[in-house]
Amino acid sequence: MQKVYIYKKFERFWHWCQAALIFFLALTGFEIHDSFHLFGFEKAVAFHRSASYLLLGLIAFSIFWHFTTGEWKQYIPTFSKLQAQIRYYTIGMFKGEPHPTIKSVRKKLNPLQAVVYLGFKLVMAPMVILSGLLYMYYKSFDVNDMVVALNIPLEWIAVIHTLGAFLLISFVVVHVYMTTTGHTITTNIKAMITGWEELEDAEDITEEGKIKKSQS
Amino acid sequence: MNKVIIYSIVVTVLVLVGINLLHKTEPLNFSQYELKQKYATKPTSSVDHSKFTILQKQFKTPQDVTLACLSCHNKRHEEIIHSSHWNWERVAYVEGKGISKIGKKNVLNNFCIGSNTNEQACAKCHIGFGMTSNKFDFNNAKNVDCMVCHDNSEEYIKGAAMAGYPDRKVNFNKVAQSVGRPTNVNCGSCHFYSGGGNNVKHGDLEEALLACDRNTDVHMAQNGLSMTCVDCHTANKHQIKGKLYSVSSTDVNRLNCEDCHSSRPHLDDLLNRHYSKIACQTCHIPTYAKANATKMSWKWSKAGKLLKGKPYHTEDSLGNHTYLSIKGEFDWQTNVKPEYLWFNGNAQHYVIGDKIDSVPVQINKLLGSAVDRYSKIYPVKVHRGDQIYDPETNVLIQPKLYAPEKGDSAYWVDFDWNLAAEAGMKRMGLPYSGKHDFIETEMYWPVNHMVAPKDQTLSCEECHTRENGRLASLDGFYIPGRDNNNWIDLFGKLMFWGSILGVLIHALARFINSIRKNEVESEEISI
Repeated sequence: MQKVYIYKKFERFWHWCQAALIFFLALTGFEIHDSFHLFGFEKAVAFHRSASYLLLGLIAFSIFWHFTTGEWKQYIPTFSKLQAQIRYYTIGMFKGEPHPTIKSVRKKLNPLQAVVYLGFKLVMAPMVILSGLLYMYYKSFDVNDMVVALNIPLEWIAVIHTLGAFLLISFVVVHVYMTTTGHTITTNIKAMITGWEELEDAEDITEEGKIKKSQS
Repeated sequence: MNKVIIYSIVVTVLVLVGINLLHKTEPLNFSQYELKQKYATKPTSSVDHSKFTILQKQFKTPQDVTLACLSCHNKRHEEIIHSSHWNWERVAYVEGKGISKIGKKNVLNNFCIGSNTNEQACAKCHIGFGMTSNKFDFNNAKNVDCMVCHDNSEEYIKGAAMAGYPDRKVNFNKVAQSVGRPTNVNCGSCHFYSGGGNNVKHGDLEEALLACDRNTDVHMAQNGLSMTCVDCHTANKHQIKGKLYSVSSTDVNRLNCEDCHSSRPHLDDLLNRHYSKIACQTCHIPTYAKANATKMSWKWSKAGKLLKGKPYHTEDSLGNHTYLSIKGEFDWQTNVKPEYLWFNGNAQHYVIGDKIDSVPVQINKLLGSAVDRYSKIYPVKVHRGDQIYDPETNVLIQPKLYAPEKGDSAYWVDFDWNLAAEAGMKRMGLPYSGKHDFIETEMYWPVNHMVAPKDQTLSCEECHTRENGRLASLDGFYIPGRDNNNWIDLFGKLMFWGSILGVLIHALARFINSIRKNEVESEEISI
């Protein structure tokens, strides 16, 4: 076992801000959906809008970060060990079998994570963001200060946005739970907070020098 | 030590930023402020009519006053005789009927039904003298009543059932010398009392507006801007802005809130965006009939009950008639929540002689729908009742109601529907089968007055709510908070709760598994 600096500062900042924003957006969003009453409709709408702008900004930064650091490659799905990973979560872990994949700085995500997070980035997030933007700008003002509306029925936009929201909150439930399946229950969460995680030694950790440096 | 200082600076800055972000003083709505300044200055007359010698002479007849007016204002009568206040009709294009004339002359209502054959009484609200029948000469400008609108002495009143002539007690000289811009009393003398009493018809126009506070009407309030009717209902060549859809049918010369308030009046653009589909009145007039009650229903079918051979009436605790032998049974209400309808400024009317094609009969029909880009949601007073019709010819009947004495077929003195129907229909030149019955009717009155103060306007939740919202009855469009797709919601809920359940089962399995493993391990140790 070796202590490795696996989640960098920006990554952690981005992760927790996004988590907080998604939680807050779900809270205000489902109030707008009339699922419960908390802030009142007017405030819920205002908060939902402000939070959505923050999320858009954050996502812009994270996209930049992913591409400049090459971290986007983490999300390239590999299907070779996908089945093994699913087997591990459903059967293997009860039998005390070891993780079928090894976590490293180069390979932070197991095949199941990679494919699910890719789904998050390519399906769920665009779904709520694009429908949300259409929702937000469904009506705007033209040069004569008159209100102009999109030609798409609002219901379609709203339905897609709601569906995306349901997908997201279900993702959050499973995601939060899955963090407890690490070495110990809190290993993964601690890692996402501090950046450091005890990883099993593996030959393919090539940047050993770097790791040692950060440990010292 | 340094760290402590840096941390305390950071915390202080964060607290200050937080306070600044969360604390908002109400910003000044500058366009609103400008309007208030504009209407705070009241117009004054540029001339004093009491100084004119022509108005000093003794007037014998009201027509003499009119001629005196026209001696200076020598083109005004031409404007008047082209106005709907005078003609009681307007030329309009009506879908299915082509170019036609619509007005009090040929449409009905479900209050006192119609003016035909009853002109002697109804003409109390005609701006002319001597309209006793449908033979009135609408080209004779001598009979224009200038005083009813321009009297500023509050002396002038029209006589009861005198065909539009003033009451005999009126001092014409005093009135003629006082004339000026119409006041609320002038307009209100007809528009407050239409339907036979205060606030009967409109619900949002009544005598309480002459002296009210901001809670009743922000524009006309004595403790507010104290605006007059004609401040908004301006006129060009005596063509007054504004439409009443009991008698109007086209979207022209309307008076709109945005004429003063612009199409973007709120500081919050989210509210401004409602402008394309929601009329200002919808949020800003949460209730009408705020001071005195208005009639919500009128059942003519109950009329005619006599007590010892004589007509009688009953009243509710507030003194409103709940029953009148001559008119039937009424329902009165105060602080009424309006009903809401899509409306594009065009209306259709039941014109005397039209076949009945739906029950309840829509005496006037506000046109518009969710998919029509010119439609907005308006608050409407819906007046429901029943009234006399001919079941053979399937036509609403114009009965003769008023006559000064018995024996002239008038229902209000003879109490015989058959005679009243026959006399009324004969005058209209329409057949009457000899059979009559009563049929349910509805009338739609868009609510425009009694604008509430800002803090009493509708809150978002009044419409954006799943259950019992104000707009619950309107469909064909999506309101966030009110509407949802049941399938998506079902799927979403199953997925969310399914995830939670799945996670719990998985966690339980792990927990049981770990206990069993411990047991195995401890057994191994004991062995």
